[in-house]
Amino acid sequence: MQAIKHFFKSFFLLELLKGLMVTQHHFFRRKITVQYPEEKTPQSHRFRGLHALRRYPNGEERCIACKLCEAVCPALAITIDSEERDDGTRRTTRYDIDLFKCIFCGFCEEACPVDSIVETRHFEYCFEERGENIMTKAKLLAIGDKLEEQIAKDRAADAAYR
Amino acid sequence: MNDLLFDHLGFLPDPAALTVATLMKILLIMIPLMLGVAYVTYAERKIIGFMQIRKGPNRVGFFGFSLWGLGQPIADGMKLAFKEIIIPTNANLYLFLLAPILAIVPALAAWAVIPFSDVMVLADVNAGLLYVLAMTSLGVYGVIIAGWASNSRYAFLGSMRSAAQIVAYEIAMGFALVGVLMVAGSLNLREIILAQQVPLNLFGFNIITSGWFYIPLFPLFLVYFISGIAETNRAPFDVAEGESEIVAGFHVEYSGMAFALFFLAEYANIIMIATLTAIMFTGGWLSPFDGLLNTEILSVPVLGALLDSGIHWLFLKMVFFIYLFLWFRATFPRYRYDQIMRLGWKVFIPVTIIWLTVECAGILLEIEPWFV
Repeated sequence: MQAIKHFFKSFFLLELLKGLMVTQHHFFRRKITVQYPEEKTPQSHRFRGLHALRRYPNGEERCIACKLCEAVCPALAITIDSEERDDGTRRTTRYDIDLFKCIFCGFCEEACPVDSIVETRHFEYCFEERGENIMTKAKLLAIGDKLEEQIAKDRAADAAYR
Repeated sequence: MNDLLFDHLGFLPDPAALTVATLMKILLIMIPLMLGVAYVTYAERKIIGFMQIRKGPNRVGFFGFSLWGLGQPIADGMKLAFKEIIIPTNANLYLFLLAPILAIVPALAAWAVIPFSDVMVLADVNAGLLYVLAMTSLGVYGVIIAGWASNSRYAFLGSMRSAAQIVAYEIAMGFALVGVLMVAGSLNLREIILAQQVPLNLFGFNIITSGWFYIPLFPLFLVYFISGIAETNRAPFDVAEGESEIVAGFHVEYSGMAFALFFLAEYANIIMIATLTAIMFTGGWLSPFDGLLNTEILSVPVLGALLDSGIHWLFLKMVFFIYLFLWFRATFPRYRYDQIMRLGWKVFIPVTIIWLTVECAGILLEIEPWFV
C-alpha cells in the first residue's frame, strides 16, 4: 500500500508542483535587494573597517610606542620603530600597517592601552598603485583627524561594555 | 504573403524574385528571433531574480534611463562581440571553430517550417515534423564536437553526458510526436494545427480549447515538454553544463563570439521547443475561442481581431512555455546523472508506448471527436 502511494506521489510529480508553488509565491514577494551605492545596510558602532591613529584633544598623538598591537597582531601586519623624543617621551618614528596582511580582527584596537589605534567604520577604499596598501603613520593620523568625530562617538557608545 | 511579395518584386525575373522574397522572409523570422533570444536571457535573469526575492538586472538602460535594465542583453552582446576568441593549445582548431556553427545552424534552420499563422510560413513542407525532429537532434553534434575539440577533461565529460542524455530523451520525444501525427494524420505542421480545430461537443455546448491535442494526449504532452527541457540541456537536466561539477561543461574553453553562438543556440532552442509544444499540443495560432464565437463579435474592430485566431495567440503560448522553462530552472535542483537516465529510459519511454497503445485503441474504435 505504501509502495503504491509512493508510486502515485512520485509519478504525478506532486512534490515538484509544491516546489513550483513556493517559487511562484516568492516571485510576487517584496524584493529585499539593497541598491548599494544609493542604499546602504545599517552598520554597528563596532564595525571594523580601515584603521586610524587618534590624537588627544590638545593635538598630541596618543600612541606611546608600547608595541602591544605589533605583538598581538596575528597576521604580523604591524611594524613599529620608536625613539625618544626631545621632550623625553617615547614615540613612534614608523607605524606601518600592511592592509594586504591585515585580517581586520580588531586585536590591535583591543590591545591598545591608550585607545590610539582604532578601526573606523570606513570600508569603501581602494588602491590604485602598488605600495598604497602600506598605511604609514602620516596616513593613519590623517584618517584619524578626518574621522575623529565618528570615532569618538562610537567609542562612547561602546564604553558601557568595555 | 508570398503573392504580396511577388507583386512588389515583379520587375525581377522569376527565380531572382523568389530568392529575394525568400531572403526577406528569412530576415523577417531571424531578426525577431534574435531579439527574442536576447530578451529571453533578460527575462531569465529577471524572473529567477524575482523568485529569489532579488531585483535582477536593473541598471543598464537606454539614453540615460535605466528602464528596469532593458539594455542589459544589448550590453552583454556588445561585450561578447568584442572579446577575444581564445583557442586552447592542442585544441583541434578546425573542429573547435566548427562546433559553435554546428550548434547554431540547426537551431536556426528548424524555424523554416514553423507556421506562425495560417498564411505565415517560410516552407510549407509535408514532412515538417520529420524535418524539425532531424534539426533539433543535429544540435547535439555541436555539443559533442565542442567537448571533443576543446582538449579539456571537463568539456569532454560534459559532451559525453550530453550525448547519452540526448540519445535517451530523443526516443521519448520521437514517440510523443508519433502520437501527435497519429491523431493529426499529417506530418505537415500547418495541418497538425488545423486538425486541432474540432471543438468537443458536450451536451450541446462547445467546450473551450477541447480540440487541442493536450487533452487526448496529456501524458505525451508532458513527456514531450520535459524531454524538450532535457534536449535543450536546461535545468534540471543541465548535466552537460553542470557549472557546480564540471565548470561550464562542453563550452568551458569558449570565449567571445564563439561562446555567444552556443548561448544563442541554447536560447533559440528553448524558444523552438516552446513553439513546437504550442503548435503540437495547444493549437498553435488557434484562439481558445476558435469556433465558439459568432461572426458579430468577430467583426468588432479591435476585440474581434484579438479574439480571432492569429499570430498573437501563438506568441502568448510561446511566452507561457518559455516562462515554464525559466520557472523550472528557478525551482529544481539538478538531476543526478543516473536519475536522468532512469527517468528517460524507465519512465518516459514506457509511458509513451502505453499511451500510444491507448491511442491506437481510440483510433480503432473511432472515439469522437479526436480519433476519427
